[in-house]
Amino acid sequence: MSEQNFSSGPLEYQTEQSRLNILGFWIFLAAELALFSTLFATYAVLSGRTADAPAPFELFEPTSTLIMTFLLLTSSFTCGIAVHEMRNGSKKGLLTWLIVTLLLGFAFLGFEIDEFITYVHEGATLQSSAYWSAFFILAGTHGLHVTLGAGWMILLVIQLMQRGITRVTSRKVFIVSLYWHFLDVVWIFIFTSVYLIGMVM
Amino acid sequence: MKLDEFFVTGEPLIYGGMVAIVLVTSAIIFLLTYFKKWKWLWREWLTTVDHKKIGIMYILSALAMLFRGGMDALMMRTQLAVPDLNFLSAQHYDEIFTTHGTVMIIFMAMPFLIGLMNIVVPLQIGARDFAFPFVNALSFWSFFFGALLFNVSFVIGGSPDAGWTSYTPLSGAALSPGPGQNFYLMGLQLAGIGTLATGINLMVTILKMRAPGMKMFKMPIFTWSSLITCFIIIFAFPILTVALALLTIDRIFGSQFFTLTGEGLPMMWANLFWMWGHPEVYIVVLPAFGIFSEVIATFAHKRIFGYSAMVWSIIIIAGLSFLVWVHHFFTMGAGAFVNSVFSVSTMLIAVPTGVKIFNWLGTLHKSKIEFSTAMLWALSFIPSFVIGGVTGVMLGMAAADYQFHNSYFLVAHFHYVLIAGTVFACFAGLTYWYPKMFGHKLNERLGKWSFWLFLIGFHVCFLPQYFIGLDGMPRRIFHIGPEWFTLNFLSTIGAFGMGIGFAIFVYNIYYSFRYSKRETTGDAWGGRTLEWATPTPVPPYNFATLPEVNNIDAFMEMKEKGETTFDEKKLQPIHMPSNSGKPFIMMAILFFASFALVFEWITLAAIGLAGGLIMMIIRSFDYDEGYHFSVNEIKQIEQSRRGLDHE
Amino acid sequence: MLDFMPFRKKGLILLLFGIVLLLGGCDQMAVFDPKGPVAESQRDLIVYSLFFMAGIILVVYVAFTIIIIKYRDHPKRKENSYKPNFHGSKTIEAIWTIIPILIVTALSIPTVTTLFDLEKPPETTAAKEQKEPLVIYATSADWKWFFSYPEQDIETVNYLHIPTDRPIEFRLSSTASMAALWIPRLGGQKYNMAGMETILYLQADEPGIYDGRNSNFNGEGFAEQTFKVHAESADKFGQWVRDKQTNAPKLTQEQYDKLLKPGLTDRHTFSSTHLDWVNHGTHKGMDYDIIRHWKEYETLLHLEVGNIDESIEEHIEN
Repeated sequence: MSEQNFSSGPLEYQTEQSRLNILGFWIFLAAELALFSTLFATYAVLSGRTADAPAPFELFEPTSTLIMTFLLLTSSFTCGIAVHEMRNGSKKGLLTWLIVTLLLGFAFLGFEIDEFITYVHEGATLQSSAYWSAFFILAGTHGLHVTLGAGWMILLVIQLMQRGITRVTSRKVFIVSLYWHFLDVVWIFIFTSVYLIGMVM
Repeated sequence: MKLDEFFVTGEPLIYGGMVAIVLVTSAIIFLLTYFKKWKWLWREWLTTVDHKKIGIMYILSALAMLFRGGMDALMMRTQLAVPDLNFLSAQHYDEIFTTHGTVMIIFMAMPFLIGLMNIVVPLQIGARDFAFPFVNALSFWSFFFGALLFNVSFVIGGSPDAGWTSYTPLSGAALSPGPGQNFYLMGLQLAGIGTLATGINLMVTILKMRAPGMKMFKMPIFTWSSLITCFIIIFAFPILTVALALLTIDRIFGSQFFTLTGEGLPMMWANLFWMWGHPEVYIVVLPAFGIFSEVIATFAHKRIFGYSAMVWSIIIIAGLSFLVWVHHFFTMGAGAFVNSVFSVSTMLIAVPTGVKIFNWLGTLHKSKIEFSTAMLWALSFIPSFVIGGVTGVMLGMAAADYQFHNSYFLVAHFHYVLIAGTVFACFAGLTYWYPKMFGHKLNERLGKWSFWLFLIGFHVCFLPQYFIGLDGMPRRIFHIGPEWFTLNFLSTIGAFGMGIGFAIFVYNIYYSFRYSKRETTGDAWGGRTLEWATPTPVPPYNFATLPEVNNIDAFMEMKEKGETTFDEKKLQPIHMPSNSGKPFIMMAILFFASFALVFEWITLAAIGLAGGLIMMIIRSFDYDEGYHFSVNEIKQIEQSRRGLDHE
Repeated sequence: MLDFMPFRKKGLILLLFGIVLLLGGCDQMAVFDPKGPVAESQRDLIVYSLFFMAGIILVVYVAFTIIIIKYRDHPKRKENSYKPNFHGSKTIEAIWTIIPILIVTALSIPTVTTLFDLEKPPETTAAKEQKEPLVIYATSADWKWFFSYPEQDIETVNYLHIPTDRPIEFRLSSTASMAALWIPRLGGQKYNMAGMETILYLQADEPGIYDGRNSNFNGEGFAEQTFKVHAESADKFGQWVRDKQTNAPKLTQEQYDKLLKPGLTDRHTFSSTHLDWVNHGTHKGMDYDIIRHWKEYETLLHLEVGNIDESIEEHIEN
């Protein structure tokens, strides 16, 4: 890994193309923000329109959503450690923490899928009313993003094992970590504006 | 599903279309095979990541779409020429105005302008390509296959028929069953991916890849307008993505967002649609303003007047464009207060727009105007657009809008701004940058014929529509009563004038290809900005060496100092990205996935989607670093293209 | 060729002006021929704005024409009239920013006041006493209009009788697709939406028969979704009401459901209203039509100009 010796600033910023990619990804996150804002807006507009289906406070479970929040927040933290390890040049540390992040992400997804299945059994489905459509699409879109992020991270784990920490792989890891932190932020909004408010209302 | 349900049957016009499609396709296949061009097509075009070639493909597709949308328009005008004509049935008419609107906005205006941006912006800022050339190719193919999917509906499955605005509940599964509306949703979704990607790509390019010394406020106006357009795309397109996705899920998977059942809220569609739709209008009109600024400065042989006012007015217009969406449905009954707020914000847009108009006049003041074809398009824009602009302010006055809304007054207004703004700009820009793209100018005499026919046809077509609208003729009716005959007939004559003008424009492309003098210098018109500093045809890497920019008109300065972009002392090897077939293949796979989803064949769609994901995985493992042009290769290319006798 | 180009341009502009003046002169255009106070206030607002618009167009066109002719590339031009680097003047830029702002302000004030006035029933002139508005529920269905008079207990289909000199309070809703009620000579439109009620005040001052229609595209039969408004004196209107109350049949739910089916229909009159069992403008009435006629929306009318009358007959037979 002789490329590390070029260093001025973090490895992932060392090539022109890397700097472009990272800026491009930040702009992509701005677009993602617009996308989630729209979903939040539709959710807000449609809240209360439950028709014959159960109301959200009848179904929402404080414990499981708290566990989910804990899992995702922790995964964001471990993802941060992974990037830190990468900057220290430790391939082993990077891989370990990425895998921990992945496991936490999958646990989160497991809880979410379980939650959705429970709701469907209780009679709240995508089709049952405007409110539940909005709920499933907002939470589901976030879940889908987490799934894609996890899949992407698996690809990076493989590439890191093949190539080690290079200027290209480090940039990829850094970008996926941005994505992962972003999903964490979105989840915090979902947790407060969907679950907390839903339980109170 | 039976075959006669799959193909559209029973319409002689559509049978004609099918025959034409089969004939044209077989002719293309035959020619490619006969001249052994398949490999050339794949290597030079389908796999290219060069922004100039991608731009040309955008523009060619957009011209084809302009032809399609134009045929739709002529059919509508024919049906409305004479009272109670039965040229088209109600259903067929509904389909045609829907596809006309969608094709013209999404598959003509936007790709045409994005095509011009593709070619021009990197050249104007002294960049060697886009920031992400691979993504750029991906964007083009996503637009191309989106357009293809939308146009396929014409012969397979049936066209959408709920208007380009697709208001729910009309466009929902209950009132519009069948694949037609799905074509609209999936076609736009597929093309939208590319638009968003282009927005990000171009924004990074402009922010990070400018020539040394080119500060933000030294960028050419067209680059500025492109940057602001990217900004609008990035914040507006996700809204469309969501709106389309929600309606798709409503229609195919039975959710209740916009439905009449399950306490759905159909009016939310109008809000989401126009929260994207109004910024969209500025996505197609701001680059047009940029083009006019370039063309006017060049042919007035004068520096642009009020540069910073021009830039700031673009920025203000872009900001306001997100704050006016309600003016598209003042009549929804939101109340006097809400309507007042949106009335005022709408009318405020007139201020920066007025500033721009006067700045163009200021540029012409004390200039030396050369009436080339490109300049004629740009000049005629000013008086034509002003009519569209002032009627726009009238429409913005909510209380009066109750009378204008949904009438031909509205139709006339938006055609005045979109044709005089966007379409004139496309023609002006294409004529202006044509020598840079193809190495020869378009014939000026034919160009002027096409210009005058189109301009006069345009006014004859749309000016009467203001008055028919004030007489109470609503848009989208499929036959007219006798009281509206005269003006409608006049309007139809104008439409055909525009049609002939366009035909001459297209013939001019062929004529100039055969007979125009080839360009030898890169500077066809006495240009002011960096794109004219490159030799023609532009080398794959654009600039052998980059100049130091101190001035808004960077190339004027270079000419004064006697500099070129070929400074042998500064030559260095240039890195280039490799061509790739992946964008084409990935989007072709997603095209089939979307097509399957249109017919609600879920398994097939899932397989297609998986295919798309696999392509992304393959891309992730692709560590191709590209290749380099060596100093010697650069020397050879530059010397031959600049006609330098070095030996 | 270059030399006379600007004059052709000018000629074109003159031609355009000619057309504007010619057409602007005729006042039979529906919007400029108001028959009631609402349409009148909107006409006045439009005319007021037209003065500004004409002024703007005039200024731009005159400046444009002069500049184009004066600064064209021409061998006889004086050298000093060409200043390639003249690129800004703070004063003039300030002027052409401030004047548009003033114009926008001048347009905003009457717009806002008119907007608030339109939310209330129009006030009758001082000489006459103010009358309570007549309430009419206007319900749009694919592709016909139901007008329910709850106080009179009358329902009409595809036509409307109203008294003159009395405000009408239209309560607009729709059974399914969105529509807009527009009677240009009486005033501007508003949307009819399912599950929502919008209120539109109109008034006729002159007796007469006026065209009304749905102006918001809602599918195949859209062009035929029109109706006539019979505006008549209060006495005549009262007569008409009494006549229908006694002679018209009662509307049954079964018959109403049949009429709701997507298609065209002729005029009908009933001596009771569908409000007895459903109000489509409420949350509850939103899905009334769609759950009954889901299937029917799949069939096309195959509507051409010649077969419109046939379609109406066909529908009545079913």
